[in-house]
Amino acid sequence: MRWLDRITGWWPNPFVRASTGFRGGVQLPPMKRTREAPIEALPLPDCLVVPVKQHIGARCAPVVKPGERVKRGQTLARATEYLAADVHAPTSGRVTKIEEHRVPHPSGLGLPCIFLEPDGEDAPFEGCAPVEDWRGEEPARLREFLRRAGIVGMGGAGFPTFAKLAADARHPVHTLILNGAECEPYLTSDERLMREEAAAIARGAAILAHVLGAAQVLVAVEDHKPEAADAMEAALAQEGLSFAVRLVPTVYPHGSEKQLIEALLGEETPQGRLPLDLGVVCQNVSTAHAVARAVEAGEPLVARVITVSGEACPRPGNFRVRIGTPVRFVLAHAGLADAQDAEIVHGGPMMGERIPWPEVPVVKNTIGILAFSKEAFRRAHRPEEPCIRCGRCGQSCPAGLVPNLLAEACRAEDVEEAEALGLFDCIECGCCAWVCPSHIPLVHYFRFGKGLAAEVRRARAFAEASRRRTEAREARLAREKAEREARRRAQLARAKESARRLASGDGESS
Amino acid sequence: MSWIPVSSPHWHSGATISGVMRDVLVALAPACLASVWLFGWLAVFHLALTTAACVAFEALALALRGEPVRARLSDLSAAVSGLLLGMSMPPGAPWWLDLVGAAFAMLVVKHAFGGLGANPFNPAIAARVFLMVSFPLPMTLWLAPAPLHPPVNLYDPGAAWTVFAHGLAGLPRTDAVTTASPLGAWQTALKLHADPTKALAGLSLSELLFGLRPGSVGETPALLLLAGGLWLVKRNVITWHVPASYLATVALVAFLAHALDPARFAPASFHLLSGGLMLAAWFMATDPVTCPSTPLGRLAFGAGCGLLTWIIRSFGSYPEGAMFAILFMNAASPLLERHLRPRVYGR
Repeated sequence: MRWLDRITGWWPNPFVRASTGFRGGVQLPPMKRTREAPIEALPLPDCLVVPVKQHIGARCAPVVKPGERVKRGQTLARATEYLAADVHAPTSGRVTKIEEHRVPHPSGLGLPCIFLEPDGEDAPFEGCAPVEDWRGEEPARLREFLRRAGIVGMGGAGFPTFAKLAADARHPVHTLILNGAECEPYLTSDERLMREEAAAIARGAAILAHVLGAAQVLVAVEDHKPEAADAMEAALAQEGLSFAVRLVPTVYPHGSEKQLIEALLGEETPQGRLPLDLGVVCQNVSTAHAVARAVEAGEPLVARVITVSGEACPRPGNFRVRIGTPVRFVLAHAGLADAQDAEIVHGGPMMGERIPWPEVPVVKNTIGILAFSKEAFRRAHRPEEPCIRCGRCGQSCPAGLVPNLLAEACRAEDVEEAEALGLFDCIECGCCAWVCPSHIPLVHYFRFGKGLAAEVRRARAFAEASRRRTEAREARLAREKAEREARRRAQLARAKESARRLASGDGESS
Repeated sequence: MSWIPVSSPHWHSGATISGVMRDVLVALAPACLASVWLFGWLAVFHLALTTAACVAFEALALALRGEPVRARLSDLSAAVSGLLLGMSMPPGAPWWLDLVGAAFAMLVVKHAFGGLGANPFNPAIAARVFLMVSFPLPMTLWLAPAPLHPPVNLYDPGAAWTVFAHGLAGLPRTDAVTTASPLGAWQTALKLHADPTKALAGLSLSELLFGLRPGSVGETPALLLLAGGLWLVKRNVITWHVPASYLATVALVAFLAHALDPARFAPASFHLLSGGLMLAAWFMATDPVTCPSTPLGRLAFGAGCGLLTWIIRSFGSYPEGAMFAILFMNAASPLLERHLRPRVYGR
C-alpha cells in the first residue's frame, strides 16, 4: 500500500484484521470442511462429455470421428489457433457422437463436445511420451509440448499455460509465483494436492521456472494451511530446490493473481498490462502438478482434483475426476442423488457460477462443485434494497474502486462514466457484494456494464467503419466527377483546338 | 427452460440495513438515557413523539408511493431519523413542532426525493433547520436541565406535560423559566458589547462533558455521544473520516481565532463541547446517505462542515451553525465523492 492510499483510500480496512500487502479484501469464514479428506479417485461414468474448448481462447478442432476407438491421452481435438490447448481422451473407449452440449459457463450456452463411452480398460495411448531431459530442452519446445499436452491454468480462469509462459528477451521473467493460496472458501483441492503430492508440484515448478528462466520461485500458501506449507517445504528440500514457501494471511482475494503479486512483491500490475510485464508469472499449484505429470510421465491433462462440498452435500470430499465427468455423476458420488434439490455452483462461492444443469461436465478449470440448499441460496441472493451509500463496498474493494458509484453508472447504462470509474479494473472478486447491507448484486451490475461497454464499442467501431466507407465513397465519387470534368474539358479544348486549326488551315489554304 | 441468471458471489456476509440502523439506535441509547436524566419527562415525550411520528409518516409515504410498507419500515431508518430529530429538539418546544418536523423530514426531505438512499439532505437536520427558520421563537427558548433545578420540575410528569402541551412560549411566566444556551449567551454578550467570556463563567468542563447545560434534548451529553460514536466506528457503521476531520477542523480554526482575539472568539474546548456539535459530528454528518461514500470525500466533507460550523457560529445571526453547515455540505456531497476517489489499482 502506498502511503498516500492511507488518506485517499480506505484505511484501515474494517473487514480484515490481518496485515496484507494489498488494499481491501475481506476475511471470509474458511468453511474448509474437506481439509482432512484425502484425495479419492472417482470411478468412471457411463459417458464422458469432453468440450472442444476448456480454456480462454479459441476452440480446438476435433480430430476423431464418431465410432472411433481412442485410448487415454489420445488427442480428441487439436489447437489450430494460437490461444488454445489440445483436448485429450480422459480414458479409453469409443467416441459415440460429437454434438453441442451445455458446458459450465454463466451464459448457459453450449459448445461442441466429444462424447466418449469408456470401455473400462483405461488403456493409455502409446503416443504419449515424456520429455526425457527437460533441463536440456529448449523453452520454446517445452511450451509447445505443454500446449499439445493440453495444460491450462487450473486455478479457475483456464488460460492456456504455454501462452502465459511466453517470456522472451523483451519480457524476461525473474520470479515465478506458485499460487497455493486457495482463498475461496470451501475449496481444499489445492491444499490436499500440496499435502499429498507436494513433490510433483515442486518438480512442476522447477520445469516452469526452467521454461521461464526465472531465478526466483515463491510458493504462496495461506496461513490456515500450515500442513500444506510444511509439505511443500519438505518436498522442496527433498528435490533439492531452493524455492521459498511464503505464508500469506488468510484474506480473500489473496489467490487473485494481481493481489498475490502485490502482496509478495509489493508491485501493482499497471493498468492494461500483464504481470509478465513486471517480470512475474503466477501459476496455480495444480497447474504445476499437471505440468510435472505431462513432462515426466507423458500424461496429458485428462483428470484433475476437485472439491465437492457445500452444506447440501452429504458426503463432501476431494476427488480426482476425469475431465468430462458429468457434474450429476460427481454429486451422486458425494451423496447428493438428486441434484435438482440443491443449487449447484461451479467453482467457489465467491466467483463460481451457478449451474442449473447438472449434466454439464467437469472441465479443466473446474476447481470445485458446491451444493447449497435452495433456502441458503435464497438467503445469499436476497432481493435488492436501496443503496444507503455506506461505502462498505469501497472498503472491501481490492482494486480501489467505488462500487456504489460504479453500480449507479451501470444501472443508468452510462458506459462512459462507468469506464471512467474503473469498470474494467473490476476483477469481479465479489467482496463488495458480500459486504453490502442492501444485498445489491454489484458484480452482476458490473458484468452487465462490461457487456454493455463491449456492445457500445462494437457499435462505435461499426459506425466508424460505416463513416469511413461513406467518406471513401464520397471521395471516390468526387474524384470520378473531377476526372470526368477534366476529360470533358480536355475534349472541349481538343475540339476547340482542332476547330481553330481547321479554321486557320482553311485560311492558309485559301 | 425458465432460468434466471444469478451472478456470483453466491454467499453473503449477512449484513442488513436494519442491522446498520439497529446499531445506530444502540449507539444513541446511552445519550437518550442521559437526556431523560437531564430533561426528565420532556425528553421522554419528545423522543417518543418524534420517533413515532417519523415512523407513521414514513408508513404513509410508503403507502402513497406504492412501496411494500412493512418490509421497508422494518429497515428502521425512519426510527433513526425520528430519534435524531427528537434529540435535536429544544426541550421546551411544544408537541406540534415535533409533528411538523417529523412530517417535513419524512414527507418532504426523504420521500419526495425517492425515499431511503435517494434523499440529498439529512431528514432530521433539514427538518430541524426548517423548524428553526420557520418557528424561531419556540426553537430558541431553552431550559436548564433538571439536575440544575430549573423552575419547572421536569421529573414531575404533570409539570412536564404542561410545558410539552403549550411550549415554553405558551407558559404564563416564560422569562422566569427560560435560560440561554452557552452559544446563545456568547452571541448575546457580543451583540451587547459585553465581555462574552463571562458567559463561560458558570460552566465547568465536567458540566459540559456530562451535558449539564441548557441545550436540545439529546445534544448535551458530550461524553456519551462520543462513546456512542466511537462504538459505531468500531462496528464499521460509520468511519473515522467525517467526525475526525469535522472536530479537528472546528478545533483548529477555533484555536487559531481564539489565540488571535480571545475577547471575540470562543475557545476551542467551548466550541467542541457546546451546541450540537458532538451529536452533529458523530451522528448527523456521518449519515451515509447524505455524506460522500469515499474516504477523501468524507475528509473534505467533514472539514467543510467544521469550517462552516465555526463561521456561522462566530459571524452568523444564529448561535448554532452545525445544522446549517451539514445541510450545505450535504449539497456538495455528490460532487465531493465524484471527484475525490481512491486511486484505482494499477493507475
